[in-house]
Amino acid sequence: MQRIGVFVCWCGSNIAGTVDVAQVAQSAAAMPGVVYAKDYQYMCSEVGQNMIKQAIAEHGLTRVVVASCSPRMHESTFRKTAAAAGLNPYLVEVANIREHCAWIHKDKAEGTKKAIALTRAAVAKATLNAPLVAGESGVEKRALVIGGGIAGLQTALDIADAGYAVDIVEKSPSIGGKMAQIDKTFPTLDCSACILTPKMVDAATHENITLYTYSEVESVSGFVGNFEVAIRQKARSVDAKKCSGCGLCAEKCPSRKAKSEFDEGLRTRGAIYIPFPQAIPNVPVIDRDECTYFKTGKCGLCSKICPASAVSFEQADEVITQRYGAIVVATGFDMIELDKFGEYQYGQHPDVITSLEFERLTNAAGPTGGKFVRPSDHKKPKKVVFVQCVGSRDTSGRGKPYCSKICCMYTAKHAMLIRDKYPDVEASVFYIDVRTPGKNFDEFQRRAVEEYGVQYIKGMVGKIFPEQDKLMVHGVDALSGETVVIDADLVVLASATKAKDDAEALGRMLSISTDTHDFFTEAHPKLRPVESHTAGIFLAGACQGPKDIPETVSQAGAAAAKAIGLLSKKKLVTNPCVTTVNEALCSGCLACEKICPYGAIAAKTIELTNNGVKETRVVAAVNEALCQGCGGCTVACRAGAIDLKGFTNRQIMAEVDAICF
Amino acid sequence: MLLEEKTSQEQAFEPLIVAFCCNWCSYAGADLAGTSRLQYPANVKIIKVPCSCRVNPNFVLRAFQKGADGVVIAGCHPGDCHYSTGNYFTRRRFTLLMNMLDFIGIEKERFTVDWISAAEGSKFAAVMNGVLEKVHKLGPNRKMRDKRWKR
Amino acid sequence: MIRTKVTPTTQTEALAEVLDICGTNAANCMQCGKCSATCPASSRMDVLPHQVVRLLQAGQVEKVAASQTIWSCASCFACSARCPRKVDPARLIEAVRLSVVRKAGGNYLKADAVPALADEAMPQQALVSALRKYSK
Repeated sequence: MQRIGVFVCWCGSNIAGTVDVAQVAQSAAAMPGVVYAKDYQYMCSEVGQNMIKQAIAEHGLTRVVVASCSPRMHESTFRKTAAAAGLNPYLVEVANIREHCAWIHKDKAEGTKKAIALTRAAVAKATLNAPLVAGESGVEKRALVIGGGIAGLQTALDIADAGYAVDIVEKSPSIGGKMAQIDKTFPTLDCSACILTPKMVDAATHENITLYTYSEVESVSGFVGNFEVAIRQKARSVDAKKCSGCGLCAEKCPSRKAKSEFDEGLRTRGAIYIPFPQAIPNVPVIDRDECTYFKTGKCGLCSKICPASAVSFEQADEVITQRYGAIVVATGFDMIELDKFGEYQYGQHPDVITSLEFERLTNAAGPTGGKFVRPSDHKKPKKVVFVQCVGSRDTSGRGKPYCSKICCMYTAKHAMLIRDKYPDVEASVFYIDVRTPGKNFDEFQRRAVEEYGVQYIKGMVGKIFPEQDKLMVHGVDALSGETVVIDADLVVLASATKAKDDAEALGRMLSISTDTHDFFTEAHPKLRPVESHTAGIFLAGACQGPKDIPETVSQAGAAAAKAIGLLSKKKLVTNPCVTTVNEALCSGCLACEKICPYGAIAAKTIELTNNGVKETRVVAAVNEALCQGCGGCTVACRAGAIDLKGFTNRQIMAEVDAICF
Repeated sequence: MLLEEKTSQEQAFEPLIVAFCCNWCSYAGADLAGTSRLQYPANVKIIKVPCSCRVNPNFVLRAFQKGADGVVIAGCHPGDCHYSTGNYFTRRRFTLLMNMLDFIGIEKERFTVDWISAAEGSKFAAVMNGVLEKVHKLGPNRKMRDKRWKR
Repeated sequence: MIRTKVTPTTQTEALAEVLDICGTNAANCMQCGKCSATCPASSRMDVLPHQVVRLLQAGQVEKVAASQTIWSCASCFACSARCPRKVDPARLIEAVRLSVVRKAGGNYLKADAVPALADEAMPQQALVSALRKYSK
């Protein structure tokens, strides 16, 4: 028979307000196996913990039940207490009488009754608890950062500076991400390239950082501290070791049909190309879908003219398998497609562009060399109309219901820059609300209005009609109640941001969750903003939700700190609540093996003596290092041979029985 | 049981609902319901499981046998399982159990499988209130109940 | 024009009737003005569609009912198609129109009288909506 001690916490008035704690303790004392029951104001306090330790020693307790707040809150606290008193920590059970009882119910009699029932269930379970010993696992001192934009670069640099090896996996041929495409950054109007490219160079030259560009994560297995990741390095068709980055191939490539991704399709590029002049690595890549050689077997000009003979048509994809202790996801965002917004003529008229295209159009290194001209006839526009919230805050299904967060600021930036450089150009902004909650943000937007004379119109654009060489923008000024028409030369649409299209697939690969818009979900919206629900996987940047650069950088630093904290640990304590197989019952059907998501179960041949005859039998065996303790296999087992430690069939049955008492 | 006792009990039907909640989502959702001070009746008693796929159909049957009037299994939304695929097993298994319960005469409404994330405290309360409402309409569960069971 | 001060809660019953008829929720509107910007009939309106929704949000059904707007709306549903918040201004306007017509009482138009009045060139839809508007 167990000697169980029950400790009922008042939690000040949090529990004691709706639960008669004294009565709970009194009822608990009468429960089978309970030899000691006590209530106290704050069980988690030092005094309360000492009370538990003392009782363990004085009454020879073999099990401890604490009726208090959620085990998610203080289970580990009380386990440590028990361990300090020499009791196996897994012999402690917590009955949740605060979140699941006192805070839910107003009626004291009802609350007390339920608290007693929950305590009874915990006592019943604790009776059957077995001492468990947590294993230890090592930590691979290497981090993986998925995504080579500003979020990924910052995270990688921070981790690398702490002395740990970091690999960056970047899908496109160069690191840099969205920030590399941007001309100026708000609210200080720093040149984006001037602050980003040094970081790119730092990352590329850092002794602790390895870059895998033009690469994708193919599979992820393992667990915190011991992830095994396969990275597919796509064939560049150029030998990076030989290439000197002279760019002759890209210059001479006769294929010119492909649209430059970096210039948002405003310029074409060769089939062999370097995405942008500051690309890192400065090694061209052959777009095999566009290359004449790959399509017809003819041409091969690049290979012939390359002074370093670096072009290699035979190069194949390479899969690199590497072990990591921590993974940081920094895959960023995209802009939505505007095909559902026919009224704006985007895609129909060349002078209706998105904001990101506008960034390229006004960039000194952009397709027009920084000359501010409109795409259709290369004439300087006289009137520019900006439309905000194109698809943002849209619940109709055409766009996204959330606020994209960055558009108000970059639109103010665009309008201000135009008015600054070309005071003769008129700039109007259609907005629903101006949202500028950031340091120096509102001042910035007001400056656009007050000093630069940008016309802000609260209202939306209903339709745009091209008339001769003008775009007639029909909108409304909701404040004055007048309809508005502007004969614009250029219309810039602030399209909504969205999660990467493959975010959900990546999330599934990493077993981290995504929200309804495919942004990755943080473990706690306030207290664990950079952690995912899966231990050892962290989030940085706009892959978690729309974010501007300062926010992204600070989140990247936070994610790096979390990753460093993990990597600096010598050993990790593993969850001892894993499954075990009763070999005597196991029939070797291996139904459990098929459903295990971790591949933790495998067949094992055992020898046994049956009536004096030696025979071999196949049974299931659990690899405790891989088992994460979901318990799915226990239900699949027809013979009931497999059970989950800490949540055994008997324990849960006992809880059911106790609740239905 | 005395006749008077019985009638008085019937007058005030206090259903018992056993809820199996996944530690990673619904249990935390129930915590959030508590933290947000949302109300649902005290008849709901929660048992924590590491994953909804840990719930053996036997547990559900045991609960009904021991006098529960309703059983709820709550796990993560499909695709969001902490263990990647656990809740898919839950979904398949309990679709079958649902049919079996129907077959043995336990009303389908007494048994609910729902997906409640850690952020959905209000959904947790709503689901529990919904279940109770249905069970109240059905009255006490008499099928399968153990004769020795006094409740 | 004389301005009167508005008390947002005075006409709750009338508002409830309107919302009941149309089944949409005016509270979803965030006053972006897309409806007014889109409306092809806005030039004939004294109160723009987004203002109609705002007035309804503020419980000012009478002002909407007295406006020219509800009779200028062609029910083309352009506003509804482009509304980012699923407010459906056309239905709201139609609802106010209906509530006015219902209260007006007497029959404006009898079905038997229609053939004589009908114009060959009149579109079917106009005929149907005329019946909706003027008959009871």
